[in-house]
Order: sequence, then structure tokens, then C-alpha cells
Amino acid sequence: MSSAPDVIAARPAARTAPLRREIPHTVSPGLWTLAWRRLRRDRLAMVSLAIVAAFIVLMILSGLGAVAKDWAQEVGVNYAPPSFMGPDAVPEAPSGQPRVDVSDAAAVAAPADDTGVVDPIGDVIAALKGSGPAAGATSSGAASDAPGFVDPLADVMKEIEGARRPPAAAGDAAKSVDPLADVMKDIEAGKGKAAAADTRRATLPFGADKWGRDVIAKTIKGSETSIFVGLAAAFVATLIGTVLGALAGYYGRWVDDALNWFYSIFSSIPYLLLILAVAAVLQHKGTMTIVLILGLTGWTGVFRLIRAEYLKHKSREYVQAADAIGASNARRMFKHIFPNISHVVLVQLSILVVAFIKSEVILSFLGFGVPVDVVSWGSMLNEAQNELLLGKWWQLAAAGGTMAVLVTAFSLFTDALRDALDPKLKGGKGH
Amino acid sequence: MWAYVVRRLWQMIPTMLGVVLLVFILFNLFGGDPAYVLAGKISNPDQIDNIRRQLGVDQPYYIQLGIFLKQIVTGNFGASWSTNEPVSHILATRLGPSMTVLVPLLIIETIVAVGLALAVAYVRGSLTDRAVMIVCTVGLSISILVYIIVFQYVFAYKLGWFPVQGWGDSFWENLVRYASLPILIGLVVSIAPNLRLYRTFVLDEINQDYVRTARAKGVSENRIMWVHVLRNASIPIITHVMAALPGLLIGAFLLERFFSIPGIGREVILAVERSDFPVIKALTVYVAVATMAVNLLADLMYKAVDPRVQLK
Repeated sequence: MSSAPDVIAARPAARTAPLRREIPHTVSPGLWTLAWRRLRRDRLAMVSLAIVAAFIVLMILSGLGAVAKDWAQEVGVNYAPPSFMGPDAVPEAPSGQPRVDVSDAAAVAAPADDTGVVDPIGDVIAALKGSGPAAGATSSGAASDAPGFVDPLADVMKEIEGARRPPAAAGDAAKSVDPLADVMKDIEAGKGKAAAADTRRATLPFGADKWGRDVIAKTIKGSETSIFVGLAAAFVATLIGTVLGALAGYYGRWVDDALNWFYSIFSSIPYLLLILAVAAVLQHKGTMTIVLILGLTGWTGVFRLIRAEYLKHKSREYVQAADAIGASNARRMFKHIFPNISHVVLVQLSILVVAFIKSEVILSFLGFGVPVDVVSWGSMLNEAQNELLLGKWWQLAAAGGTMAVLVTAFSLFTDALRDALDPKLKGGKGH
Repeated sequence: MWAYVVRRLWQMIPTMLGVVLLVFILFNLFGGDPAYVLAGKISNPDQIDNIRRQLGVDQPYYIQLGIFLKQIVTGNFGASWSTNEPVSHILATRLGPSMTVLVPLLIIETIVAVGLALAVAYVRGSLTDRAVMIVCTVGLSISILVYIIVFQYVFAYKLGWFPVQGWGDSFWENLVRYASLPILIGLVVSIAPNLRLYRTFVLDEINQDYVRTARAKGVSENRIMWVHVLRNASIPIITHVMAALPGLLIGAFLLERFFSIPGIGREVILAVERSDFPVIKALTVYVAVATMAVNLLADLMYKAVDPRVQLK
């Protein structure tokens, strides 16, 4: 829509330099310039955009290994509580004792577990015993919680432990198979590397998880996975939806019939059931697998909208003009029509990112998403579910809170983007 | 009208065949050899051959497709690979618990969301309206998982107001005792998005000329909102509620999983975990049929609500 005056204005300006000063006044701002101006005025939109941008920068930095590279390192004691007062702010037992107790408690717990039946919750108890004396203040709370959680929810715990093994720290594959591995590790740490154990901190700003890993680093790493999956899957779905929608709307007739048939198949199976069915078939687990699952199943909404846009645009004068100057079908579709509907695509992309982040979290929570050695918000929530029963709320708060902030910001930004790109819609809806 | 219904049913056939083909391609072509999935515990090649013959996967694909079509028409999908329970029996027994949770949830949620939408749309632009919308936006952003985990912990585990999980045999016990917390969580999660949506539907109607006319001739505000506006706004609302209906079948699978409710949703998750293909195949096909039937029902309901709608 805006490209025509741009072209007319630019040509003489390029040929004759002196005219350039007068010409700019005739250049009317394009769709994107106008939309950006509207967006700039919307303070809430700019704040949301800043938050989203910060998350994406964080994702890239984390992906490049600049931050949270050592998320799998056990820097704190198991279940170190959150504290902003600096390291080791929680009152401790007299100096010298706690570190020895960690290894001793684990060593005492381990033989009992070794001789008895393999108990999936044994390591939790061992971890509690280990962290109790070290964390001092929390020891009594942990002790009173331990019997409570065994009775009512023991079977849930078992089911969940069985379905999804704890993620292996430092990529140790053997550890993810053996439920006793972390008990063993505690023994190792106590016997062999007493010095290494000494460096573990009793408190961390956001606390530590079951294995003493820093929850901040874990949350950053989890954000990287979840946001990457959301963005990548949204790109795949939007690409499929746009190309198919363009073909259906532009060519019409049998192409439209065939693609509509295809669309009706995918849209008659409820979305979550379709995702789970594909997840059941694709046994190979990986971050790219989940991107593909979400992308290949989530394109239907985009298809419907883009098809309607192409139907509307294909008989407009500018497309007929393009036809008259001999533009090919592909050129008309993507060079002429596409820029005029690209705002619809952008809004759909933005909507899909939020939807896919939510889907990824649910899939990973259920254990159908990212592999066990990759951390995402979903797998963090899965661990947090068990931890909450022990009164360890910080990982739940970190993963749930971070996700809520990003999703709120992204949704508000999407709303603002839609209003900025399509001001007519805003008036009609009466917001 | 009957001509319309017959035509719509006729049009469903190609879509239905497409769904069958999609499920077939997904599970029989990409799904890997079911015999190896099944034979996890068995390593004897003779037994694997036996299983392959039983399942018909040693046949060419077109015969396998024929077997699948026959299964769909007769409703006999064989037995579950992991429990040996007939698939038809699984579907029949799991439907009840799902409906016990989801039907009351859908009814209460629709009534509450529509009532609130009329109320906040009536005072549009006020502080109340904006506050409710902000609460909805923030509430929407919190993962459903967080709601379930926290509610289960606080109300069932800590306060003991509800059982942590479980399911009984009597319908009333299930509904009152076991289903109430899942329904409560379902309400908290689903009212926010629906309220936002229904509010825009009501706002589209509230400035129409017929509302002004009604007010001019002295119709009470209550009657304007509940009769004039609601009837017109109900067309998109019905579309939305009907679109949610097929989801009921697998719907709140997270709720069922957390609260150990032996419903369809939990069965889907178990089946995916165990690579129990017959259960997933049967569910996918039947849910797709249900979706199409519900879509037809929705179109027929528009006619009942809005006499201007022409069925073509």
C-alpha cells in the first residue's frame, strides 16, 4: 500500500541531487512507520516490548554460553533456601561441624537404601538428612515434613519419579538411570572430595534444587529452552500456514479444495490430542522434535486467516496491474500481495509464540517434551511439584513466576501490536 | 433443514477419510514396528513374528488400512497393548468420570463467565471493568500447572478441605467429594480467557441501534441486557462453547492426571507413556467424529437462536 509513493519519490531523488531537500515532504510514512509510531506512544506496549526483548537477549546469551553455562554445577547444599542477604545468611550450626555432617548423614542413609528395596523417595529423604544439619534452621521443618509426605502422595511421587527420572547433572548418563545415584554422589563428595563439598553454599539468592544447583541459573537455562521452542515452533507453524494459505487463497479451485480438505482434517482433531498422538509416535526425544511437533500441528489458524486475506487481495487492482506487466504467479503472491498482508502474519506469529510456550511447558511437564538432560520451565515445574510437598517452594516460584512475567508481557505486546497495525479493528471492538 | 443435515453429513465423509488416513500414516508408517514396542519384554523372534501376524503388520499397507477401517466401523479396536483390556471397554468406562468433572465445569463456567461479561461490559471503561481485565490478563499468564500444584497443595494437602486425590464408585460421592476441587481449579483457569472474550462479544452488541431503541421505548436496563443484548451476543458465545465441547472428551487431562481421576484424559497420557497405539488411534478417530458432529449441532443451534441465519 505504501510502496508506490516511496518508489516515485525515490527515483528522481537518486538522479538529481539538488531536488532531494524538497522531496522528503512528499514521502508519506509507510504502514510499518505508522505502526511503530503508534506503538511508541503506547507506554504499556513499550514496557512489554522491553521485557520480551530482555528475555530474548537472555535466551541468546544463554544459548551462546555467556550466562548460566554452569547451571548443572552443584554450587549450593541440597535445597539451599533462598536468601538475598548474601551467602550463608541462614544461621548455621557451630563451624566445622556441618560439612562433615553432610557426608556422614548421606553415608548413614546409603547402606539402609542399599540393603533395602529400591525406594525412589529414598534419595529425597537422604537429601533431607544431608541438608538438615547444614541448613540448621530448616532441619526441624524438614524432619516434620518427611513423614507427612510419605503417606498420602507416595504413589504420585513414585509414579512421577518412575515416569521421569531426575535430570542428570553434568550430563552423567548413568546417574539418570539410577535412583540412588545422587546418594552415591554425596558419599563420593564426602569421602573423596571433602574440599569440593566445602565450597557449597548454605543459601543462594533463589535457593537451590534437590541436587544443590542454583535455581537462578536453572531458570535462565529453562527460559532459553522454553522461549527457543516457542519462537522456533511459531516460525515453523507460521511458515506452513502462510505458504499453504497463500496457495489456497491465490489459486482457488482445486488447490483450494485440496488444502481445505487438509485443513479440515487437522482442525477436526482436538489440538492437544493431535500433539500427544504425534508425541507418541515420535519416540526420539529432543528439542527439535518438540519444535516439529508443535509446528506441524499448529498451523491451522494461520492458514485460515492468510487464505482469507489472499482471497480478498488477489482481485485487487494492484495485482491486476502486476499481472499486466507480466509478473509471474509466485512473484505476485510473495512480492506484491505478501507485503500487504504481512502484518496479519506478524500478529499470528506473536500469538503462536505464547501458545507454544504454554504447550511446551505442559508437554515437558508430562515428560513428552524436552529430553531429561535439558532443563525447561516444564521440567522445573515437574520437580517443583514434589518439592512443594517438602515445603521447598522456591523452584516453583522461580519457574512459574518467570513464565508468568514473560507470557504477560508477550500477550500485552501482541495486543498492542495488533492495535497498532490495524487501528480500524481497535475502534470497532470498542476497547 | 433435513436436506441441510443430510448434505452436511455427506460432506463429512471425505474429512473423516482424511482423519483415518492421517492416523494410519502416523501410526502404521511412522510409528515404527509395533511388534518391537510390544515385545519390550520378549526377545524371542518367534514370538515377535507371532505378534506381527496377530496385529496384521506383516501384511501390505493397503490390507492394514482395510483392517483399520474395519476396526473403526465395528468399533472393535482389539485390546490395549499394555493391559490387554479391550479398547472399547476402556473408552466406555473412562467416559463417565471425565464427564462427572467436565460437564458441571462447563455449565458453571459458562454461566459465571457470561454473567460477569454482561456486568463488566455494562460498566465498560470504569475502574471495575479495568481492574477485572487486568486480573484476567495476569491470571491467564500463570501456567495451569502452577494453579493445579498450588491449589492441590494448599486446599487438599495443607488445609485438608478436599481429598488430595482419588475416585469412588458412587456418582454423588465422586461429584461432591472428589470432583469439587478439580472443578474449582478448572473454573479459576477457564473463566479468565472466556470472560475477556465474551466481554468483547457483548461490547459489539451494546452500542447497536436496537439497544438505543429499546431504551427509548422504556425497556428496563435488566431486560435490555439479559434479553436483547444477551440473545444477540449468544451467537458467538455458542460458537465458542461448542468449539470447547470436543475438548471435553480429552479436556482437562492435566486435572485428571493430578487428581488420579480415571477419565479419558488420564488414559490418553498413560497410553502415550506406554506407546499403547490402539487406544490413541481409537480415541483420535472417535474424537474427530464427535468434533464434526458437534460442529453440525452448533450450526443448527444458530438457527434456533437467530432466525436470520440461513442454513445453506
